[in-house]
Amino acid sequence: MGVIGLVVLALTVVGPAQAADAVRVGSKSFTESYVVAEIAAQVLEATGERVERRVGLGGTGIAYRAVAHGSIDLYPEYTGTISRAILKDAAIESVDAIRVALRARGLTISAPLGFENTYALAVRADLAARLGLARISDLARHPELTGAFTSGFLERDDGWPGLRRHYGLTLAGVRTIEHALAYQALASSAVDVIDVFSTDGQLSRAGVVVLDDDRRFFPAYAAVLLARSDFVESHPRAWATLERALVGRLDNGVMTRLNALADLDGRSARQVAARFLGREVDDGEERARLLQEIGTLTLEHLGLVAAAVALAVLVGVPLGILAARSAGLGQAELMAVGVLQTIPALALLCFMIPLLGIGTLPALVALFLYALLPIVRATYTGLATLDRQLLEIADVLGLSGWRRLARIELPLASVNILAGVKTAAIWTVGTATLAAFIGGGGYGTLIVRGLALDDVRTILAGAIPAALMALLVHGVFEAVDRLLVPRGLRLVMARPR
Amino acid sequence: MIAVRHLSKRFGATVALDDVTLEVAPGTTHVLLGSSGSGKSTLLRVLLGLVPPDSGEALLDGIAVTPATRRHVLGRVGYVVQEGGLYPHLTVAGNVGLPAETAGWPRERTAERVRTLAGLVGFDEAMLRRFPAELSGGQRQRVGLMRALVLDPPRLLLDEPLGALDPIVRAGLQGELRRLFAALGKTVVLVTHDVREAVLLGSTITLLRAGRVVQQGPFAELVRKPAEPFVREFLGAQAPPPELREHF
Repeated sequence: MGVIGLVVLALTVVGPAQAADAVRVGSKSFTESYVVAEIAAQVLEATGERVERRVGLGGTGIAYRAVAHGSIDLYPEYTGTISRAILKDAAIESVDAIRVALRARGLTISAPLGFENTYALAVRADLAARLGLARISDLARHPELTGAFTSGFLERDDGWPGLRRHYGLTLAGVRTIEHALAYQALASSAVDVIDVFSTDGQLSRAGVVVLDDDRRFFPAYAAVLLARSDFVESHPRAWATLERALVGRLDNGVMTRLNALADLDGRSARQVAARFLGREVDDGEERARLLQEIGTLTLEHLGLVAAAVALAVLVGVPLGILAARSAGLGQAELMAVGVLQTIPALALLCFMIPLLGIGTLPALVALFLYALLPIVRATYTGLATLDRQLLEIADVLGLSGWRRLARIELPLASVNILAGVKTAAIWTVGTATLAAFIGGGGYGTLIVRGLALDDVRTILAGAIPAALMALLVHGVFEAVDRLLVPRGLRLVMARPR
Repeated sequence: MIAVRHLSKRFGATVALDDVTLEVAPGTTHVLLGSSGSGKSTLLRVLLGLVPPDSGEALLDGIAVTPATRRHVLGRVGYVVQEGGLYPHLTVAGNVGLPAETAGWPRERTAERVRTLAGLVGFDEAMLRRFPAELSGGQRQRVGLMRALVLDPPRLLLDEPLGALDPIVRAGLQGELRRLFAALGKTVVLVTHDVREAVLLGSTITLLRAGRVVQQGPFAELVRKPAEPFVREFLGAQAPPPELREHF
């Protein structure tokens, strides 16, 4: 059947072109992770490896599961994060101890790359000069200062609560602030102390001073590459090249400058990585590459939407028919798909990971679940509101059961059902941008990257095509309407009343 | 033959039919006359097996209409409703041919039968390809009638078939129906609230009021020997006023 063919086609398009021997490099969705992953990718490419970038994964949980499930081969991580968030044991601190602990999970880490990205406290340079602030312990003498911290820092035990106890600090006022806004707030003297990451690009600019953690409170967050053991074993030369090129080469100064290039000067991760490796990627080349990428992402996005909506039609229309047949079941069913709809998209995507890992499949399932409601509801409404007399006549004429459904009910409800499918498809074009958080690809890849790099152009490069695709889907459905809604029904709709 | 014996039906507190008995001789047209709420449509729906009676029975050819016999019995009944009850997504030919298609007729036979019926009501080939939305009220009604006749059932049940039409079209179709019924020799039960229609089409009439049979018989008998004052009142209410009568 045509619909099934469409699903198969869509799944083929969606399935990432996975050359068996390509190295899959991942990253989390913040600047530094993108940059280090890109450096690793370019180093690998220079040795002749084929590289597949699966970057911008939405958080430690997702990135870790990706490498653990074998969806990626390696990604940049921090020792502190590995011990606390992955191994759940803060006592496992040293590189060797972490390697031993990871071995059972089929994972390993490189030697430290050089920089540490840990929490740090920062103050304005002029304030530091005036009050003589150089170390965190100096803050104890100035309880009149105000602080603004990111919500994670405020809550984590290795953040403000622990720091306060450790140093015996009090501040006049402590507020929550978004990391993206913290530097501005500091510059405008709205606050005196903020939490930063020790390699933030902004730290390379004048006007901000990082206070020394003189009593060694913050745990070590040394950057390493977290990789699958089987990858390291099967690609010994590639791994050795990576370690040679990266280990010990990226100290805090270098990393901060690279982050600044990306965050403050608007360079792409690819350009920043190339510069670190002693090459230049000019803007023209970068634009050409972006265009090519948009093309690939378009196919991915379209594939996701087509497959999710096609599956939702195959499942949703029968569910809607069932709901219209049985009042009790119908209500329960509509409630169930309604509840699905209330789960925030990101949460639903995250629920998918333990079940289906990361990548296209969980994204597809989540999108499918979202697309169900409008289709089930439209089918149900379309069938439940049909003219009773017309159904009765069908019965008298001898049409009953499936025959009546196929010959009378579904054609009469087709306008409603198609409207539901159209709504579902347009929604899905939008929701599919979230697939990028779990490595599902599509336009969201650019949006996530743009958000991480605070780069409006990249965000728009993802958002505008997504909007255009929504319009296109709308247009396509106008045509589909003409094809699938019986002509007689269209005449009824066109007739003045 | 169509017969109804001691039929009663309530919807909650409302009495729709109260001990109704009637008999329609083969080849005649019987009119169920009454105002809205008199139970005439319910009676028709009981005959179609769409509404189960509380007591009494409806018989078609001596077979009681029950869920078990209904399918068999309905195969020999043509049903026409107000405005035709046409399916907007099917053409005229599609609507008319639907019962034949359902009965498993070969396509050619159905097409042939549809053409024959088109001739009967004066439709050409082009008309058969139109959709209901492209038809006038009178044309839709003719299509409804064609559909009821397609399997050539011995019986026709018509529920206010001309109720939605304007007076001139209505008068024309009333004449047409009269000729058709006479020519085809069907046993017909027709529901209407229109006395003129009842007189024109009905061999016999049952006048209903609040679910109860007020009087049964040919029109002339209802006029000459009204069973109760209501009969005169009902028939008189729709008669032309004297001022108008002298102009005819």
